[in-house]
Amino acid sequence: MSVISSRARWQDPAATPRALLTLALLILLWPGLQLTEFRPQILFNAQNREVMGRFLAGFWPPETSADFLLLLGRATLETLAMATAGLVLALLLAIPLSLIATRALSISKLLSGTPSWAGRFLRYPVRLVLVVLRSIPEIVWALLFVRAVGLGPTAGVLAIAITYSGMLGKVYAEIYESVDPQPTRALLQSGSSRLAAFLYGVLPNAAQELTSYTLYRWECAVRASVIMGFVGAGGLGQMIDLSIRMFAGGEVVSILLTFLLLVLVADQISLQLRRRLA
Amino acid sequence: MSINLNGVGYIHPNGMRALKDINLSIAADEQVAIIGSSGAGKTTLLKLLATSLLASSGDIQLLQHNPAQLRASTLRRLRSRIGLIHQSPPLPPRQRVVTAVLAGRLGQWTLGRACLSLCYPSDIEGARAELSQLDLADKLFARCDQLSGGQQQRIGIARVLYQQPDLMLADEPVSAMDPVLAEHTLSVLGSIARERGVPLIASLHAVELALRHFPRVIGLRAGEVLFDKAADAVSQQDLDALYVNIGLSDTAQQPAAAIANSLPNRCL
Repeated sequence: MSVISSRARWQDPAATPRALLTLALLILLWPGLQLTEFRPQILFNAQNREVMGRFLAGFWPPETSADFLLLLGRATLETLAMATAGLVLALLLAIPLSLIATRALSISKLLSGTPSWAGRFLRYPVRLVLVVLRSIPEIVWALLFVRAVGLGPTAGVLAIAITYSGMLGKVYAEIYESVDPQPTRALLQSGSSRLAAFLYGVLPNAAQELTSYTLYRWECAVRASVIMGFVGAGGLGQMIDLSIRMFAGGEVVSILLTFLLLVLVADQISLQLRRRLA
Repeated sequence: MSINLNGVGYIHPNGMRALKDINLSIAADEQVAIIGSSGAGKTTLLKLLATSLLASSGDIQLLQHNPAQLRASTLRRLRSRIGLIHQSPPLPPRQRVVTAVLAGRLGQWTLGRACLSLCYPSDIEGARAELSQLDLADKLFARCDQLSGGQQQRIGIARVLYQQPDLMLADEPVSAMDPVLAEHTLSVLGSIARERGVPLIASLHAVELALRHFPRVIGLRAGEVLFDKAADAVSQQDLDALYVNIGLSDTAQQPAAAIANSLPNRCL
């Protein structure tokens, strides 16, 4: 009772820490803006406006010649294949790692409340491996692999596989932990193995979120494979790089439109699958 | 004797003593009800019998094993022989009833069979047989979240029946059912246990149900066995002693006050 009466104005005891936290975040934001020399007014400077205008004017109309579209189609397929192959390879690594790293399948934690030491010692290094895998950007891996396996999509596939396995593994492990532990607990309680308990207890609840996140990552992989094209990993990226160098604005716009279409398609697939799994 | 408890006590990790010096023997052909007020230790006792908790003191023998002395693999095999019916049925909402029932035997199946059964239910007839005993055979391919609370509770029971355990435990198995259905379900459960020759131990809030359906009744109060006798020997005095509200006003408020004091710093 004394806690409340001493702070008659602030009934909610969590109000003060929340206000302080918000203030601290705002104060932290300021040096960030200074550090990045964030001055949006430069955008509207007359000279810059003209330069940008000229650059954008070259972008219209989109290039639609048959030869170019054929090339574009090939490059699109290459990009899609690179993203898909990279993601599948990443899944092969991410799924086992996520199963080891997650606390959702700890028998000791689910049944008695405290995870065992052996489990913690096993999970920690796996979490570290996931951190290492995702902390190096895919473009760096791509630069490395282009030297190792030569120019072409293989380098992109390997780069995506490595970085994305780290991201997928981490988020999967957290998704498993976020679903209701009751079904898994009951299955482990009646003697089922961890993997079977995962399939029958965690997966039905997590399937929707896992699918949606995986498809989102596939979309990101498509974008990443375009960026890696700039360093010689093939696909739409290489094409956009060439077009920009040749000041072929129409071609750039066609490629960007293709790109927009790909993301739209990924979004629709994700929506449909989520609806089916709901 | 299927079950033997000798001076068993349990202290929660937060230091609260939940059970104190429990001595029990239960044979394979017995159906036992555990009654007592909330917080008396009924669920903790069932968790000890289900080996999800290990006793802090004393000695437990379950189906000729002492769970505290078993290695992980043997403990898993023992767990697959114990069926626990949960008060809130542990069913994933998006799972189909048939899968939820078949999951009862995951402890006995190989991983390969478990995977295959996820693609195509491997024992539809087996699941249908258990469900029909509980009048739910028509829900075989429904999704769990389409069922009412009472129906879900019966799916949970069907799963444990399908597990074919050597020891059946039930934590408030009929709490979400109407009186008629509760009556019916308990009598089905009792007759199946008799038929299969496995002990059935259930915790119940409804005293009349316990007295009517279970030949033996154990009264728990504050973590101790107050009485343990045949149902027809339980007197009104026993029940009054079991449910008398000693200290409800002060002991119940103490933990609440402790939480209120620790709250301001923790809850950001």
